[in-house]
Amino acid sequence: MTALTIPARPEQDAGLRPVPWPRMAWVTWRQHRAALAGVAVLLGALAVYLWLDGLQIHHAFATDCHPASSLACGTTFSGRYGTTGIVVSIFLQAVPVLIGAFAGAPVLARELETGTFRFAWTQGMGRWRWTLAKLVLLAVVVTAAAGAFSVLYSWYNQPFFASGYAIPFSTRVFDLGEVAFAAWTLAAFSIGALAGMLIRRVVPAIAATLASYAGLTLATALYLRQHYMTPLLTSHPNLPGSAWSVSQWYTKDGNFAFSAQGSQLVRTVTRFCPPRYWTSNHGEIRVHSGGNGSPAQCLSRHGYTQWTSYQPGSRFWAFQWIESGWLVALSVLLIAATVWLVRRRAA
Amino acid sequence: MNVIEARGLGKRYGSTWALRECAVAIPGGHVAALVGPNGAGKSTLLNLAVGLAAPTTGAITVLGGQAAGSPGALDGVAFVAQDTPLYKNLSVADLLHLTRNLNRRFDQRYARSRLGELGIPVKRKAGQLSGGQQAQLALTLALARRPRLLVLDEPMAMLDPVARHDFMATVMTAMADDGVSVVLSSHVLAELERVADYLILLSQGRVQVAGEVDDLLASHRVLTGPAAETGQQARRLNVVHARQGGAQAHLLVRTDGMADPAPSGWDAHPVSLEELALAYLREPGAGALPGPARGRPAPLESGQPSEVTQ
Repeated sequence: MTALTIPARPEQDAGLRPVPWPRMAWVTWRQHRAALAGVAVLLGALAVYLWLDGLQIHHAFATDCHPASSLACGTTFSGRYGTTGIVVSIFLQAVPVLIGAFAGAPVLARELETGTFRFAWTQGMGRWRWTLAKLVLLAVVVTAAAGAFSVLYSWYNQPFFASGYAIPFSTRVFDLGEVAFAAWTLAAFSIGALAGMLIRRVVPAIAATLASYAGLTLATALYLRQHYMTPLLTSHPNLPGSAWSVSQWYTKDGNFAFSAQGSQLVRTVTRFCPPRYWTSNHGEIRVHSGGNGSPAQCLSRHGYTQWTSYQPGSRFWAFQWIESGWLVALSVLLIAATVWLVRRRAA
Repeated sequence: MNVIEARGLGKRYGSTWALRECAVAIPGGHVAALVGPNGAGKSTLLNLAVGLAAPTTGAITVLGGQAAGSPGALDGVAFVAQDTPLYKNLSVADLLHLTRNLNRRFDQRYARSRLGELGIPVKRKAGQLSGGQQAQLALTLALARRPRLLVLDEPMAMLDPVARHDFMATVMTAMADDGVSVVLSSHVLAELERVADYLILLSQGRVQVAGEVDDLLASHRVLTGPAAETGQQARRLNVVHARQGGAQAHLLVRTDGMADPAPSGWDAHPVSLEELALAYLREPGAGALPGPARGRPAPLESGQPSEVTQ
């Protein structure tokens, strides 16, 4: 018999064995390098774009925004770059789930679909250590890549925030923030891994990942995020510029009158105040021109008080960490569930 | 040492039992063939033995008492699954390195020299190899782990006769050189005589026949004689399967140490493994198991062969 290149060790342990990370790193890299290359190309191309565009935007901010309230600054950041900023942020919303679906879902689904799990899971490594190592390594890599990318994106966004034409709290950019973007990418990857294990086929698993992720982000943005901390309450008509207004309503004589989103506001304003000063756009009141003041001022003259509950801009980092915290906890749970399923599932 | 041992083993998928009340003990040092019709539970038994599936009832151990699928068992058991699934987009060299990284023991030099002898280029992707080469590659990866038990699920199903011969030659060489025990499932009966020296016949999720091939062949005979006397002989003898051709009847009987089973007017012939296996496959009620006779041949009780073909 020829010499063994890796000598056999005495079988001292029948139970748990540690995961040999360097070996699994090689295995993971060799099997998933195409997916990782895809992630690198996607983030790389976007990074180049953000870098080039960002340089221009920073330059424009330096030349036009002295002070930020100047008309030139408004023209630049509301007009010239406003749409770009919106389009970029909408596009970036899809990046975590693209990474999650295409890097996470096939890890197990492809093995189960092509039958190669019968090869992989009967090697000495054992199936659960194999699964744990692959998922942890890939999760760390995609999360780190997303984290690095989001640093670049916040640099790109600085002039929009500094000029006051966007706030870090806005739904459009909050989950692209420094910490949350990486956490959302991790969550998407974990959803993909579990979907792959449950559905066992690549394409349906990717579709399921996209759908679940979309549901989770929408539910978070619409219902969950505003409750991370108890909102502050004010009857002052003007909020600080960086604050996130959660809801608005009116009271009269200490009793709730109507909410700022309802049609009753429109009717009331129509009754008391000349309609030419305002227009309703998706239920919001906007002032066309100065004149006799805003609808809020008009209503105030008729005994109505406007209340606003809001999250002050100073809470931005707390919110980033809260959101990232529960997303990381969810991801750990999903990956643990995937490993557990692999361990017990009779194939 | 029993390389595979099971007691009360059952596996249910949904509401269907693929394997039920299966008791089997396969001794080491053999090429043991697991034979049975489709759906008899061959693949299920092997999947349970390599830890891919977990039993619904009972227990299965490998290599002298290690739980199937436990770390110790995985170290000592190599499995080549049906259709030899491999990562088709990886090169042969990558697959060697991958398998090496997934195991504590891996004999890279053996693997390289085997592939060299077989003329399998290490730079080629696994998916570009022929079916026979892929099977040989899967077998080489398994053997380079230096297992004590090699489990092969339908290794010959997809191969042409030459590839079959080469594949089994590799298995036999490994067995002779390293003393690896082999358990393989197959429904290519004709091939088995050359390779198998232990036979387990599964039928409807139960073990019907188990024993060393030499013992089984020594304890069975084909008797040829007048068809009219078939019923009379069946009452006296342990008939597994009866076949009638014109005035002649061919009875496959279990002799159980009888010195001369042939009555006057009848001839006794040795039986081939294929004939023996076929006879039992056609008579799911008959059985031949080691130890105290657990399965009594059905025709003996009824007094009539249960199948008589013209």
